[in-house]
Amino acid sequence: MAIQVEFLESVPYFTGLSPAEIESMRRFIFEKTFERGEVILLEGEPAGVLFFVVSGVVKVFKTSAEGKEQILNLVRPGESFNDVPFFDDGPNPASAEAMGAVVLYGIRRSDFDAILRDYPQVTMNIIRVLAEQVRQLVSLVEDLSFRHVTGRVVKILLENAGDGAGPTQRLTQQEMAAMAGTAREVVARSLKVLEEEGVIRLERHRIVITDREALKEMVGAS
Amino acid sequence: MAEMPEIDQEKCNGCGLCITVCCCNMLVMVESVVTVVEQAECHQCTHWCTLCEDVCPTEAITCAFEVVIEER
Repeated sequence: MAIQVEFLESVPYFTGLSPAEIESMRRFIFEKTFERGEVILLEGEPAGVLFFVVSGVVKVFKTSAEGKEQILNLVRPGESFNDVPFFDDGPNPASAEAMGAVVLYGIRRSDFDAILRDYPQVTMNIIRVLAEQVRQLVSLVEDLSFRHVTGRVVKILLENAGDGAGPTQRLTQQEMAAMAGTAREVVARSLKVLEEEGVIRLERHRIVITDREALKEMVGAS
Repeated sequence: MAEMPEIDQEKCNGCGLCITVCCCNMLVMVESVVTVVEQAECHQCTHWCTLCEDVCPTEAITCAFEVVIEER
């Protein structure tokens, strides 16, 4: 499929370039498609390609030795991923997986160097993109490091729990995140931790508290 | 009708990202707004996956949970 110049114009990396300039760099770009669940990049492997999401969503995540997953970012159309290893020549710091059918545009490092030589103003765009990514990651680090999110999630669950007999307040993970003052990804992780500890059970549409006393102790300890 | 994701049509910007991640094919675009269609049977999504809520850039989709205490 032909590379769309209109799409490239919307990519922050190429802000400020004229349509003719973007047209001239189109030859460096190639397209790749992935289906739901396909792994695009593996953590630790060598990089060398920068990807832009044209359609679909890509999940960027890290996996612990125990198999626990932490989502770092959901990459949507117009956004890039794999920027860091692309520029520092190191291995991929995280894995990436297609959340549905995904179309990507890729560019190799050697070709990107040619673009930088011809259009040095692109470097300012790169700085802005990387700065925004650093800001987002700092926010996530703050959430994961300093906030006792699990305790606050437990408190929210206890405060909103019903006995199953009457109507109960329904909560989305986004709402729980807003109440706990954290990111939705961190709430999802907290719920998984609680399920692994056997104090709740995640069912379709329901969070079942299986050990209320244990949850109360967690609130007291947090 | 079974429980379905709820869509705030005023917030929906019609980007369609939710449709690309829905493994149940429950979401369709109708006149630039995402709409839920009920499937006779869900084959793949064995739990409330909430991926559509995850990816929505305008928080137009919500997948709510009921919190209940199990009687022991």
